[in-house]
Amino acid sequence: MSAVRDLDGWETVVGLEVHCELRTQTKLFCGCRNAFGDEPNTNVCPVCLGLPGSLPVLNRRAVEYAMRIGLALHCQVQPSVFHRKNYFYPDMPKDYQISQYDAPINVGGWLELPSGKRVGIVRAHLEEDTGKTTHVGGGGRIHEAAHSLVDYNRAGVPLVEIVSQPDIRGPQEAREYVEELRAILVATGASDGKMEEGSLRVDCNVSVRPVGSGTLGPRCEIKNLNSLRSLARAVSYEAARQVEVLAQGGEVAQETRHWDEQEGRTYSMRSKEEAYDYRYFPEPDLVALQPSPDWVESVRRSLPALPAERREEVARAAGVPVSSEAVATVVRLGLDGLVRAAVSAGADANLALRRLANEVAAGLEDHGPPDAGAFARLVQMEAGGELTPAQARAVLRLLMEQGGDPAGIAERLGYQALAADALAQVLDQVVGAHPREWERYCAGDDRLAGFFIGKVKAATAGQADLRAATTLLQQRRATA
Amino acid sequence: MSSPSAAELAARVRRGEVTATSVLEEHLARVAAREPEVHAFCLVTEDLARAQAAEVDRRVAAGVDPGPLAGVPVALKDLLCTKGIPTTCCSRILAGWRPPYDATVVRRLAAAGAVMVGKTNMDEFAMGSSTEHSAFGPTRNPRDLSRVPGGSSGGSAAAVAAGFAPLALGSDTGGSVRQPAALCGVVGAKPTYGLVSRFGLVAFASSLDQVGPFAANVADAALALDVISGHDEADSTSLPGEPPKASAKLGLGVEGVRVGVIAELAEAEGIAPDVARRLREAADALASAGAKVEEISVPALRYALSAYYLIAPAEASSNLARYDGVRYGLREQRADMTETYIATRSAGFGPEVKRRVMLGTYALSAGYYDAYYGKAQKVRTLIIRGFEEAYRSCDVLLSPTSPTTAFALGAKTADPLSMYMSDICTIPSNLAGHPAVSVPFGTGDDGLPVGAQVLAPALGEAEMFQVAAALERLAPAPAPATGAER
Ligand SMILES: [Zn+2]
Repeated sequence: MSAVRDLDGWETVVGLEVHCELRTQTKLFCGCRNAFGDEPNTNVCPVCLGLPGSLPVLNRRAVEYAMRIGLALHCQVQPSVFHRKNYFYPDMPKDYQISQYDAPINVGGWLELPSGKRVGIVRAHLEEDTGKTTHVGGGGRIHEAAHSLVDYNRAGVPLVEIVSQPDIRGPQEAREYVEELRAILVATGASDGKMEEGSLRVDCNVSVRPVGSGTLGPRCEIKNLNSLRSLARAVSYEAARQVEVLAQGGEVAQETRHWDEQEGRTYSMRSKEEAYDYRYFPEPDLVALQPSPDWVESVRRSLPALPAERREEVARAAGVPVSSEAVATVVRLGLDGLVRAAVSAGADANLALRRLANEVAAGLEDHGPPDAGAFARLVQMEAGGELTPAQARAVLRLLMEQGGDPAGIAERLGYQALAADALAQVLDQVVGAHPREWERYCAGDDRLAGFFIGKVKAATAGQADLRAATTLLQQRRATA
Repeated sequence: MSSPSAAELAARVRRGEVTATSVLEEHLARVAAREPEVHAFCLVTEDLARAQAAEVDRRVAAGVDPGPLAGVPVALKDLLCTKGIPTTCCSRILAGWRPPYDATVVRRLAAAGAVMVGKTNMDEFAMGSSTEHSAFGPTRNPRDLSRVPGGSSGGSAAAVAAGFAPLALGSDTGGSVRQPAALCGVVGAKPTYGLVSRFGLVAFASSLDQVGPFAANVADAALALDVISGHDEADSTSLPGEPPKASAKLGLGVEGVRVGVIAELAEAEGIAPDVARRLREAADALASAGAKVEEISVPALRYALSAYYLIAPAEASSNLARYDGVRYGLREQRADMTETYIATRSAGFGPEVKRRVMLGTYALSAGYYDAYYGKAQKVRTLIIRGFEEAYRSCDVLLSPTSPTTAFALGAKTADPLSMYMSDICTIPSNLAGHPAVSVPFGTGDDGLPVGAQVLAPALGEAEMFQVAAALERLAPAPAPATGAER
């Protein structure tokens, strides 16, 4: 692992806490719209504003999404209890957050990275989101702000918090974990996976230890990671910082640190904010959540194929290792359906995989994926020698840009004509180089047809259409 | 009170014999006459009441039945949300707050044709047993103005006792309906937890709170409960299915009914001798009416008060966190957020609320949770098991409601513990989630009302009111309301 070598004898240990906003129509405990980007304080009601006398009513759809996430992460879905997490903050309408504490809905699962490594999942629990505070004036931080504005549209939006084991090693793997988790969340339909809109929020716990050590060092929790890039940068920075502290004989303080994207470094947050005692206790306004085994099973059955299974299927069809980059790319981009289409049309899966991982993946920046049937036919044409690789790439590009039929595109481009001309030229050369054999063939020795076709095959490195070459040969003899 | 019952009034209004407006004006006249000395209300809503009464009259005139409480004036404890009408829990911190919605029980009363005469005084956020801890000043007991009406729903109890309204609603977290009912000589019931929706009831201790009715007689209390009970989707702790009909068995008598007199509460330390004597009389009266009366012990009840004073403050400390000056109610603006919180809550809450918030915060703190809150929850389980055991041999249980008759204003305000003892007989039903009702049964040595409490297992409201109705018939003639200052 390069990160370990970079830190010269130290290993970076990372555990991630990912908050995922669920794509429900309504909030977790009321009927208000769950929508991003609406006018502030328009999606609110007495319940999500925590007005006196209001009571929460659990959203069944949110529970279902939470179970989908848990089952996709191979967790056990168990009877669970909501707790109140008590602390004062203006964006928390009730000054407590309804969350889950010692009896979360999902426990004990794992997530498989494209590399094949499994990262343990401690829990994935349901909770409500807080409102959003904007500090106006000063440096945008609460202690410097002239005043603060609170938008409660987000208050009460359902979240699932997914807590990993500290099984992740280094910044790259942290990034892979979040990418894979995002793919799973999107696949389950529970999340839109948009980090930039805050649908996915990542906090990470980083510690370092000497390579080979079995114990964990004191960890720092890093907040304010708004992208995969900041996550990887923050892990790298923080690990290096901790190693530096230790190298100078110091001790790493267990604390919460804030990532500053501009400066590319972490800052210690005020220790005062860590002195919270959340005084968790069971939420008396809600009853215990006990999904019936039938419900859990029906959710399990309705899960789509998840990225790891899809990678395995693609790898098997194409005859490549499951950890290969092409497989990961194709599944990540959701192109594995095209592999499946190629296979069922009898086309070469390995060639399909290569075209998808390279040309199609690159073209996706500007265009949608090609039609599955057309793509399968194109792969067949290329594998059958009707198109050279360069020609196949050009046809594929047009397929993505304009759609249509690959044979028609090839014809329009004159690829077939050119291919036939080229074949005739090759045949001319072969005949010219073997005048005695040509005379015998013209005299009626049909066995020499095989000789000439063999020479054409060799001259074109196997790319020629041999049936077309045979026809050309016969025509040439007839007109000789 | 020689006034007709709520049921009788509603019947006359429905038949068109009297108008809801005239019924209301009669009650408003009584309010005008005695409210200055009793102070049962923190807000009298005459205009709203007149509009509601006029609507009832229009319906009757149009041949539309306004419902089972047609034209019956009702007083509401000030922690029930009323749309557009101040709802303050008698706390400075909610001064002027007008809820944008009605509590479910308020909607159900209105749908039954009731007319809302006002919001009643209470101990701030329902924390107290005398209605002296109100930001609006104390309520006085209509039967003796030198005495407290009990609490925390003292205003509602006094309103019914003074004839301001035939019905009132209160909330009962540890006895806040039953104890003032006993002290004011009216009937007050706490239903099974989950039978009545808590939506729109401003929370004190969510796992204990229930809305309950006050009435001058048992039948009216059962009628009111039947109007407000039943499942509500807006309250997740609301019980599913059809609610039991509280008034189903009122006339059945007690022949063969098994009544257990709770040993731990009948003769406990702190139970005044005159109260204990009246309870024995009540038990004897039931026995002579054919009930099978036995003494029964529920040992876990000894720990009920301690468990309650951990659980209720713990939940309250969390429920009352939202009063922070940010969104509504009082705000004492200071230079920063934390200072604003502190100033707002210091100025907004009275001393008893502060005491309970501190107790509760402490009980939930890391390192203390298991020893306090956790242990209290275990006691709660023991109490439920103890009751289950008792109900194997009994249909209902009997105890005093309050250890004493109404005490003098100011007698206990300096001594919170003696005030807390007022709820020793009522708290167990809240911890168990079971129903209980207080029914007047004679008077104490001071001539003031004594209440007998009938307890029943969960959803045993029909049997509970059946026995309460029998006690009402068997009770010694009530002492005349003196209204005199002592
Ligand atoms: Zn809402």
